[in-house]
Amino acid sequence: MNGATIIFYLLAAMTIGCGVIAVSTRQIFRAAISLLFSLVGIAGIYFWMDYEFIAAVQIVVYVGGIVVLIIFSIFLTQQSGEKMPAQKMGRKLFSLLSVFCGFALTIVQIFEHSFIKTTAPAVDPTVRNIGEELISLDKNGYALPFEVVSILLLAALIGCIVIAMRTPAEAPKEEVEVKRKEEIKVIVPKEEKVLIVQEETGGIQ
Amino acid sequence: MTMEPGLYHLLFISTALFFIGIYGFLTRRNLITMLMSIELILNSVNINFIAFNKYLWANRLDGVMFTVFVIAIAAAEAAVAIAIIINLYRSHNSIDVEKAEELKY
Repeated sequence: MNGATIIFYLLAAMTIGCGVIAVSTRQIFRAAISLLFSLVGIAGIYFWMDYEFIAAVQIVVYVGGIVVLIIFSIFLTQQSGEKMPAQKMGRKLFSLLSVFCGFALTIVQIFEHSFIKTTAPAVDPTVRNIGEELISLDKNGYALPFEVVSILLLAALIGCIVIAMRTPAEAPKEEVEVKRKEEIKVIVPKEEKVLIVQEETGGIQ
Repeated sequence: MTMEPGLYHLLFISTALFFIGIYGFLTRRNLITMLMSIELILNSVNINFIAFNKYLWANRLDGVMFTVFVIAIAAAEAAVAIAIIINLYRSHNSIDVEKAEELKY
């Protein structure tokens, strides 16, 4: 057992162990952090396989982008230090059972199948080779999917802005309504001033 | 199955990650954690693509290309999903899927 083998098993254990923590812990922030380490472990596996470009993309996009986005949305939507409610035991049990059956079935299928290697000479997955194939227009090129993905990213960008944008007419209206209710609530018990308040609100309109 | 890591080991890792993601998707009721499970599933697919490219089809780069496109689509998906989650939180004050049962707010 040499060094590369040991590193591979360490990376695999880190990936799977952190993945298990990410789906099983009840503290959402801890789940996000262990998802981060699971993704770093996957990037390490790509490095181990000598696919440096994919590993770099994995770190930049997933660890630097998606996980940070998830952590920000946790900050925006969750109370800190609050645990998520526990799930029903039956749901957990049946999920575990179905997942285990699917896993066993797939693993048995994989280990019974014998894959056939190609005999053609290998191509190095360097950035130059990847980039040339990405924009080439011949039969094996990926120019059309490249353009389609760029349009998809643009659409996602605009879609995010439209979904998350608060409509400008909505926000000020709410504030005025709240203010008016408070004024009326405070002053209603005194009979004499009710008329004055109503006049004042009428004046604002 | 030998101790030397190869294609079968990588397929084992990706299968395990895929079903971990499925388990999270089935048991979680919080939208952000469900999104995290989807990220795990997409990553297991990426490991499969890279492993097949390295050990079976080393003369082509198709696995790498598919991985790059899957990562791009995953980034777009996560961004849109988080925009929807934040919008849902604004209107319902909760991101629990049990409480988001009406399509109109």
